Amino acid sequence: MKELSLNILDIAENAVKAGATLTEILLEEQGNTLTLTIRDDGCGMDADTVRGVTDPFYTTRTTRPVGMGLPLLRLAAEQTGGHLTVTSRPRETHPDDHGTAVTAVFDTGHIDCVPLGDVPATVATLIQGHPDTDFYLRHDRPGKEPVELDTRLLRDMLDDVPINSYEVLQWIEDSLREDYDPQ
Amino acid sequence: MTVQELLDKTDLTAAALPRGDREITGVYLGDLLSWVMGRAREGDAWVTIMSNRNIAAVATLADTACILLAEGVQPDNGVALLCEEKGINLLLSPHSAYDTALLLRDTL
Repeated sequence: MKELSLNILDIAENAVKAGATLTEILLEEQGNTLTLTIRDDGCGMDADTVRGVTDPFYTTRTTRPVGMGLPLLRLAAEQTGGHLTVTSRPRETHPDDHGTAVTAVFDTGHIDCVPLGDVPATVATLIQGHPDTDFYLRHDRPGKEPVELDTRLLRDMLDDVPINSYEVLQWIEDSLREDYDPQ
Repeated sequence: MTVQELLDKTDLTAAALPRGDREITGVYLGDLLSWVMGRAREGDAWVTIMSNRNIAAVATLADTACILLAEGVQPDNGVALLCEEKGINLLLSPHSAYDTALLLRDTL
């Protein structure tokens, strides 16, 4: 991927497919280190499956022999000298706290580190495609206010207005842009 | 021209050749795997410097005729074996990507 936000979209889509009611996208910058965590409360995976998911020939789809979301994110992290870890608790063994967390660590000073890309558009795309599940975004940057969005809080404010209506999505994207670049 | 014929006519070598009879119908150059995934076409000889196991997956998805590692790059550990298993031809070129492309242009 030319931008990390496309990886984020890909992994978050996996989370929704795993039946997540809440998908958290956490970005933390510290010096030259960017840590991306995508955490969900979906069905989770057993240890064998977790071992397989960064293998390009593993997939949950049936239409093609390979699934590339996690292998490509792993490659993106490793080509900067970083790494990717996946931890998961399946519903069968953890009925009360199941889910999956994907953490990718990047050295943003490395020449092969791809740019983060358009996070506001990515989040708006996710909400548009999955209005019935919740998303939480938090981006911590040194010396700046954190960027934060929680669709659970948004729903309370919106009352009966659908969260995926054009005006709301536009507002979400605009307000995130404003948070990223306060005028 | 088949992959085997290309090998016979050039100084390219094979790291894995499970399907030497595959016909090469085009050429694609690229290293950003997600990009290649959507653009390389069936039957292409795909020239790249990426050498990890993900290239085998991309070649499978795009159904390329062969992968061609340029610049004298060697496949990572186990990748040649993986290509053999998955029916993917993996060729090696001592030339730059550009010169490899020229070689293909002159030979195909």
